[in-house]
Amino acid sequence: MHRFANPTRFLRLAAAVLPFSAAVAALCLGAGLVWGLFFAPPDYQQGDTVRIMFIHVPAAMMAMGVYAGMAISSAIALIWRHAIADLIAKASAPIGATFCFICLLTGSLWGKPMWGTWWVWDARLTSMLIMLFIYLGYMALWQAFDDQTKAARAAAILALVGAINLPVIKFSVEWWNTLHQPASLITMDGPKIHSSLLWPLLLMIVGFGAYYLTVLIFRVRAEVHQRRTRMLRMAQADRHAAMQAAE
Amino acid sequence: MSEFLSMGGYGLYVWTSWGVGVALLIALLIQSIAIARSAAKEAEATELLSPRRRRRKAEAE
Amino acid sequence: MTHTFLMLIRRDLLLAHRQGGASLLAIAFFVLVVSLFPLGVGPAPEMLERIAAGTIWVAALLSVLLSLDRMFQADLEDGSLDQLALLPIPLSLVVLAKAIAHWLTTGLPLTLTAPLLGLLMQLSPDAYGALLIGMLLGTPTLSLIGAIGAALTVGVRRGGVLLTLIVTPLYIPVLIFGVSAVEAAAQGFSTTAHVLFLSAMLSGTIVIAPIAAAWSLKLALD
Repeated sequence: MHRFANPTRFLRLAAAVLPFSAAVAALCLGAGLVWGLFFAPPDYQQGDTVRIMFIHVPAAMMAMGVYAGMAISSAIALIWRHAIADLIAKASAPIGATFCFICLLTGSLWGKPMWGTWWVWDARLTSMLIMLFIYLGYMALWQAFDDQTKAARAAAILALVGAINLPVIKFSVEWWNTLHQPASLITMDGPKIHSSLLWPLLLMIVGFGAYYLTVLIFRVRAEVHQRRTRMLRMAQADRHAAMQAAE
Repeated sequence: MSEFLSMGGYGLYVWTSWGVGVALLIALLIQSIAIARSAAKEAEATELLSPRRRRRKAEAE
Repeated sequence: MTHTFLMLIRRDLLLAHRQGGASLLAIAFFVLVVSLFPLGVGPAPEMLERIAAGTIWVAALLSVLLSLDRMFQADLEDGSLDQLALLPIPLSLVVLAKAIAHWLTTGLPLTLTAPLLGLLMQLSPDAYGALLIGMLLGTPTLSLIGAIGAALTVGVRRGGVLLTLIVTPLYIPVLIFGVSAVEAAAQGFSTTAHVLFLSAMLSGTIVIAPIAAAWSLKLALD
């Protein structure tokens, strides 16, 4: 694992992976889009609104998946002081938050024709909203520190505390939801996914995963370069100070 | 065609979902590429100012 | 070790007492927030009874949130946090002592005030027991989770707002089980499950939170 802690080596690996992940993302998302919008049959219950699922469900899955990845890399960063794991966690957060937001937005747009209102405090939507708050808190904590090493460790602790808490939150929200669910509402558990809808959904999920990897590589690359700039500047400032002291 | 666009009357919801979703994904991608580029340029420029550059280059080779 | 631990709690209580008003401020805020609701939604007793549990719990949660940022801030500013880190007991126990002191000065007074607010909010007579037990088990959890947030943001720019943003989502399970315990009791159902969940969360956080907060504090001390 420490082989990839070296930024240069990591950048080389990332550059090798990038074309593949970008190609997979473009192909799968493109094919999923065409299939989902044009060829997949409308659901017998939900009609054409089921096409929203092809973007809603992958976004929800990846929002959770990205958090899991963020928590794992935070643990690696804390335990082994791994230099790149920090940056992977940091770079993941805006991507996960975007997925969260897409999931909420499409959920709302799906809810309007299905439930008759733009927002229902459905267990899954509510958990996703809380997850978005946790992502935002994590990103804000990174921003709050000047010292990047401290920011990295604080954010890693928060990511892990959040990871422990998220299942509890999810469970409690589900419990709360069963208490308050009015019987007249249709729940989103509804659609039994027909196999003709499964393939475009699968394509979209793979596409979202590859998209995450692609964007992650760009963002980690940006972080590596920014860190190098900071270190060079610090070295220059030190040298400058030393020269002034000598005079 | 108009039947396809109307999505059985749900066109507004389906097309907004896909439209905004895809737009956000593209915007995030472009922003990420842009910060990666500008960060690389900045690092390069800072390195040019640093006298350690030559030595590091020599070590790398 | 026990002696040092108890001394730490005593020290924080003395400090809180000497600065005065911390508990009173929390209670005043608690009462104030709750009394806004009848003014906001109207004084109809059925309506108030319906929202009593949620209102009281949300207000308690906000009061705890408001009092969190001074948990470590003063000790960092006057340098006593460095001294505390040098004590012969682990930093996590120092955090635990401070969280207990925080609970004694905020959570406990809030718990004792809650029945009074129940009267104002027309809370069902059957629900007072559940409210008290729920808050007794829930507010320490709030103090402990809050200790993590306070430790993460100590000495940070605009730490108070950030603290709120970080801690609030983590408070949601306590809120849900605390409120549903009161509602179950009001409707004559058993509250055993709720109490068990609240106890489980308390015992979980009492182990995890001091360790996580101690790690975070070490960052501020570097």
